[in-house]
Amino acid sequence: MLYFARWKIALIALVIALGAITTLPNFFSAKTLQSWPDILPTNKMVLGLDLQGGAYLLYEIDKQDYMQKRLKTLVGEIRTALREQPRIGYTGLGVQGEGAQVRIRDLTKLDEARERLDGLRNPLVNSLFGGQQVYEFALSVSDDGLARFTYTEEGLADRMQSIVEQSIEVIRRRVDELGTTEPNIQRQGSDRILVEAPGESDPQRLKDLIGQTAQLTFHMVDTTMTAQQALQDRPPVGTIILNSIDDPPIPYLLEENALLGGDDLVDAQVSFDQRTNEPVVNFRFNTAGARKFSVVTQQNVGKPFAIVLDEDVISAPVIREPITGGSGQISGNFTVEGANDLAVLLRAGALPAKLTVIEERSIGPGLGADSIEAGKLASLIAAAAVVIFMVLAYGRFGVIADIALAANIILIFGALTLLQATLTLPGIAGIVLTIGMAVDANVLIFERIREEARAGRSAISAIDAGYKRALGTIMDANITTLIAALILFQLGSGPVKGFAVTLAIGIFTTVFSAFTFSRLLVSLWVRTRRPSKLPI
Amino acid sequence: MALLRLVPDNTKLRFMWLRKFSFPLSILAAIASITLFFTVGLNYGIDFKGGTVIEIKTEGPADIASIRSELGNLNLGDVQVQQFGADDEVLIRIEEQSGGELAQQSVVANIKAAFEDQNVEFRRTEVVGPRVSGELARAGIMAVGAALLAILVYIWFRFEWQFAIGAILTTANDVLVTVGLFVILQLDFSLSSIAAVLTIIGYSLNDTVVVYDRIRENLRRYKKIPLTDLLDRSINETLSRTTLTSFTTLLALFALWAFGGEVIRSFTLAMIFGIVIGTYSSIFLAAPFLILFNLRGDGKTPGGEDAEEPDVDAEAAA
Repeated sequence: MLYFARWKIALIALVIALGAITTLPNFFSAKTLQSWPDILPTNKMVLGLDLQGGAYLLYEIDKQDYMQKRLKTLVGEIRTALREQPRIGYTGLGVQGEGAQVRIRDLTKLDEARERLDGLRNPLVNSLFGGQQVYEFALSVSDDGLARFTYTEEGLADRMQSIVEQSIEVIRRRVDELGTTEPNIQRQGSDRILVEAPGESDPQRLKDLIGQTAQLTFHMVDTTMTAQQALQDRPPVGTIILNSIDDPPIPYLLEENALLGGDDLVDAQVSFDQRTNEPVVNFRFNTAGARKFSVVTQQNVGKPFAIVLDEDVISAPVIREPITGGSGQISGNFTVEGANDLAVLLRAGALPAKLTVIEERSIGPGLGADSIEAGKLASLIAAAAVVIFMVLAYGRFGVIADIALAANIILIFGALTLLQATLTLPGIAGIVLTIGMAVDANVLIFERIREEARAGRSAISAIDAGYKRALGTIMDANITTLIAALILFQLGSGPVKGFAVTLAIGIFTTVFSAFTFSRLLVSLWVRTRRPSKLPI
Repeated sequence: MALLRLVPDNTKLRFMWLRKFSFPLSILAAIASITLFFTVGLNYGIDFKGGTVIEIKTEGPADIASIRSELGNLNLGDVQVQQFGADDEVLIRIEEQSGGELAQQSVVANIKAAFEDQNVEFRRTEVVGPRVSGELARAGIMAVGAALLAILVYIWFRFEWQFAIGAILTTANDVLVTVGLFVILQLDFSLSSIAAVLTIIGYSLNDTVVVYDRIRENLRRYKKIPLTDLLDRSINETLSRTTLTSFTTLLALFALWAFGGEVIRSFTLAMIFGIVIGTYSSIFLAAPFLILFNLRGDGKTPGGEDAEEPDVDAEAAA
């Protein structure tokens, strides 16, 4: 056990040197690191949000909201399909639970209706299961004329998948415009999106930006009656009543079908109204949108229309003259920031579905810095206490264990830096715990050596036997802890995962440094001193 | 030369005899913990119960009473306000609001508005909605269960089945008693508490495995020593290591507890307690448990008091 081939010594030294080199950048500022030669690593450890401050937001797609909205569009499609010439008479068209249904009046036209409705099932492009076409909806038509669309399982899954992807894109565009930090946006499970923004200690603005669907639509105002009348009686068919963002809100009676949507926008910028000096948002349509807008404004000169954002009327100007240039202006008593955010939202596009925050954790930079300081102090004191204790307990061998411990800590930091694993506060706790437990392997070995010596072995043979016999125990003991660490990692979210990572890394470095490296040190010591008596 | 010994060489303490006291004591503690768990209950943190936690730093010492009354007016249900570390640091806990995920979000906005006129630093905000808290609770229970099972399998694989059962009983006792501590001190039981429990499981097993390793080795080496004496001998041989390692680990944990900051204090406290319990159980429970399971496979090492008398036939058979 005490003989080391040259190459083995070189390899052990190399591992520790690599650990030291990868750890090194953590002690220098980013500026100093820039001036380093290229062959040296310059990566620093990744600090978790709890140490550097930042926001963690977990969003969930509002599935019900999406399903209902989609069904409403489907109802519109059904209406159009059945009204096509020659018309098919129907009744009871609407959303029913998690499906849409319609009753065909004339049963002789049932086959014709079925044919038309079949086309609305919406084949899914990228999911051909076993060569069979899969649709978003399943259509069932009973003999008494009732046709009902329901979601297929695959259809819904497919939609959710693309909604998550689209949402991530939209969120990324919106957040990028903030320009402050580089957030990490990723999918979680089937219908969740995680947004991590380091350095963003007050996520309110972030939440405001992400939380809005930002569906912009243009509607004509229905002038056949006032909104008040409509509220009291019944709004005419095909109209809706929406409130303005003013305080107190003013109700508007609008045509339900939008003239134009935000999809046709190509640009939106903040500028200032020349007369009032208030911030406004200028927008521009794409060619198709510009044409539509031009036609509509030509037909409706002198009538009011409304600009609606997520069911709120932002402004309801009167069309003074046809707008043919394809650009327009939204003025709505904005603050500069409000106008800016609206412009960002319009540029980034609408979210395909409503998102809800289901978990939020944000840590201010002050607390993060305090935690780092506390962690550093605790680690230093823990290390000092353990180092002193080992010397007291084992004398010269204690020094060897301490050198191994130093190598161990360097390797842990090196591995964390190399793997770019995230260091969290519980992660620091994991390192401190490792410092305490790392000497365990050495304690096992040294106790064993003592025993062997007491049993009458010579110094060298006792050392040899000590290492040999302790190995099995060390492995068993560490593998059990490793199992616990791996399961923690599986369970883990954020900080807890950080703890599991350092604990697991600590186990590997401990076995290497406390067993292999300390054995090398002991062997070098034995070779130079040739002791006849054990100093422990 | 070593200057310090926690345990003198060649101790011959009769741990197996001590099991007369340690078994009832541990069973009692376990029953007490279970009773406490079901009667008083854990003080679940927002990770498992949902709700909001806000940590603030006020300008100058915080006036807890006035913060409490101010927040009481917001109609947020159960609001707890407590000092957290330094006297200008305050932790506010608000119970989960009824009305789904969106209702939780308005809490933070309300509280920020309440402090708007004061110079308050918001150090930490955590909001966990009902859906996530339910999932985290399930994941936590799964994790502890899976860890116990995986380790059981590993020890079964490496040792005899008796060791695996003994290790699991020992560890289960540690977990129960630690949970009992959480109930008694009403420590915030959060995700990091699950991490603490899992670490305790790992540590306690680590200790137990070292003792079992020695027992296995001695079983092969000394075929004629009665089992009780052999177990006693094994525990005594590993006693120095068991205490030394626990001692260095505790040294490190105490440093963390004293200097590591308020955020992880209850996490460290649980861990310190767990290490003490883990050390106790690997000495006083783990090995004595083995006597209950007919370890030498000769059918003549019963679990009663008479096992302490050497049994000549049994040795011959072994």
